[in-house]
Amino acid sequence: MSNTAKAFENGKAFIAFITCGDPDLETTANCVVEMQKAGASLIELGIPFSDPTAEGPVIMEASLRALENGCTTDKIFDMVNRLRTELGVTIPMVFMTYANVVFSYGIERFCKKSSECGIDGIILPDVPYEEKDEFDGICKQYGVDLISLIAPTSHERIAMIAKEASGFIYIVSSLGVTGVRSSITTDIPSLCAAVKAATDVPCAIGFGISTPEQAATMSKSADGVIVGSAIVKIIAEYGKDAPAKVGEYVKSMVDAIG
Amino acid sequence: MPESKGRFGIHGGQYIPETLMNAVIELEEAYNHYKNDPEFNKELTELLNEYAGRPSNLYYAEKMTKDLGGAKIYLKREDLNHTGSHKINNVLGQALLAKKMGKTRLIAETGAGQHGVATATAAALFGMECVIFMGKVDTERQALNVYRMKLLGADVIPVTSGTATLKDAVSECMREWTTRIDDTHYCLGSVMGPHPFPTIVRDFQAVISRESKAQMLEKEGRLPDYVLACCGGGSNAIGSFYHYIEDKDVKLIGCEAAGRGIDTFETAATINTGKLGIFHGMKSYFCQDEYGQIAPVYSISAGLDYPGIGPEHANLHDTGRAQYVAITDDEAVNAFEYLSRMEGIIPAIESAHAVAHAMKLAPTLGKDKIMVVTISGRGDKDCAAIARYRGEDINE
Repeated sequence: MSNTAKAFENGKAFIAFITCGDPDLETTANCVVEMQKAGASLIELGIPFSDPTAEGPVIMEASLRALENGCTTDKIFDMVNRLRTELGVTIPMVFMTYANVVFSYGIERFCKKSSECGIDGIILPDVPYEEKDEFDGICKQYGVDLISLIAPTSHERIAMIAKEASGFIYIVSSLGVTGVRSSITTDIPSLCAAVKAATDVPCAIGFGISTPEQAATMSKSADGVIVGSAIVKIIAEYGKDAPAKVGEYVKSMVDAIG
Repeated sequence: MPESKGRFGIHGGQYIPETLMNAVIELEEAYNHYKNDPEFNKELTELLNEYAGRPSNLYYAEKMTKDLGGAKIYLKREDLNHTGSHKINNVLGQALLAKKMGKTRLIAETGAGQHGVATATAAALFGMECVIFMGKVDTERQALNVYRMKLLGADVIPVTSGTATLKDAVSECMREWTTRIDDTHYCLGSVMGPHPFPTIVRDFQAVISRESKAQMLEKEGRLPDYVLACCGGGSNAIGSFYHYIEDKDVKLIGCEAAGRGIDTFETAATINTGKLGIFHGMKSYFCQDEYGQIAPVYSISAGLDYPGIGPEHANLHDTGRAQYVAITDDEAVNAFEYLSRMEGIIPAIESAHAVAHAMKLAPTLGKDKIMVVTISGRGDKDCAAIARYRGEDINE
């Protein structure tokens, strides 16, 4: 079993996304520590990209703030190293970023550094099944899971994608981009059932989830829930004072899916 | 095993969210069906001829030729098309395809507004809903085109994210498409984005070189020595080049926007200053920093103000089949004024980049050489901006 999949060993997983470097990497690191304390099972560390085409305004703006504040891929590697060696973060961590961030760094160099500093997986929303070989072979070589995504529009593609998935499967709850939604209209139980029929790899649902009620509902169908924009929003509001607030929020979500 | 599609050498591919994969697969299947359908082609040809005014003239620029004193210069007059640019060629093709696919709504990005106007025009003609995404900066420098789109019944959404120019309009369009796929076709305006767009747009724009080749054979009895076109994403350039690619003696030159110069950060010359990357659905060359962050590019021309280039151009560059030169704002503005005075033709500021290179190249060539310069669009939309560039304060 990959390290990423270990997040799903103890009941339903709560997966928390954070944009690295917003407002600074010190705050990001403190938030990660608080999220682990609050019971998060896995952390998605967003490496900011200038033009994040799969993100809604909340994460897009956080990415731009992080870049303006001088956040870079190398500085993020240093932070991850510190989280693992000094700050006691032991839960699985994956990167979420865009193909060009990894490609321009050098896919092999990126995977090697990720592996060395304790990253367990990579999510690239602009690398679909058809383009994954370029990344996946190298990821496997370094023991990093390339996480597959399945969308409400995937239909007959589900089995094909699920069969080659590793770590966990990221089920996109809704059409459109990331961001808080008041309601999720996709037939999530059917979507999850189709994924589960094709693979034993655990699946988690993301996009649009922000309230404990939504998380509770979603966790009935899937093995975990992913929350991003709601956390990034708290950080946008509280800045350096966000870690405690983020911890409280994550605790409420973890309790809801308990 | 996964199969990556739509490659031009190492470039191209389909780097898009899973949410859009079935949409591009559906589009590819529909296109592969209709591109060989005689009925579809008959309808499209009729639209191009009866509605858009094709074929466009291949005009011998005699005064310009004599003034420059070298190669004989022909202008391929895409500026004479309905809506004033080459963009209509692609839009009529895609709108017809979208209609056949049962789509009722077109969305599109636009830089200078030419593609937005063309899309709004086709939507009006076909009775389709239309939403155009345009960088806020561009809505300001191309205010007249914003009004034209609205007049044609389109909604124009100013995009404020990022640099608020063409790349951000493309990003916003992709976001919109992931939100609403069933009834919506993304009418992409250039030979870029994920497969099958670079191929579809190329095929619809190839009418430019199909015509110019026949016209050249008729007028001169031989092929030209040079074909020049301005190149942002590269749709008019690939259309101008396509039917000459196999004719190895015909030199193909794409003219990129250098902005304030390729040694400055205020440039949009992708081949000259960019490096290999993955963005907006494709692998190609992009202006970017060492960490792969897309650079905020600049050009006086809103239509060339894009940090990437279509994958087929990237490959034509790699193989050496085409050459890509960089033209500064100053050179383009001089050419804009030159062609206006010399031939009574006001070119789009985008097209003026190709004219500028012709002005440099023609005098170095013998009188027995022939070049075709594509005038991709007309320059009415640019008059106010160029006047301001020259320090004149005029109201549009």
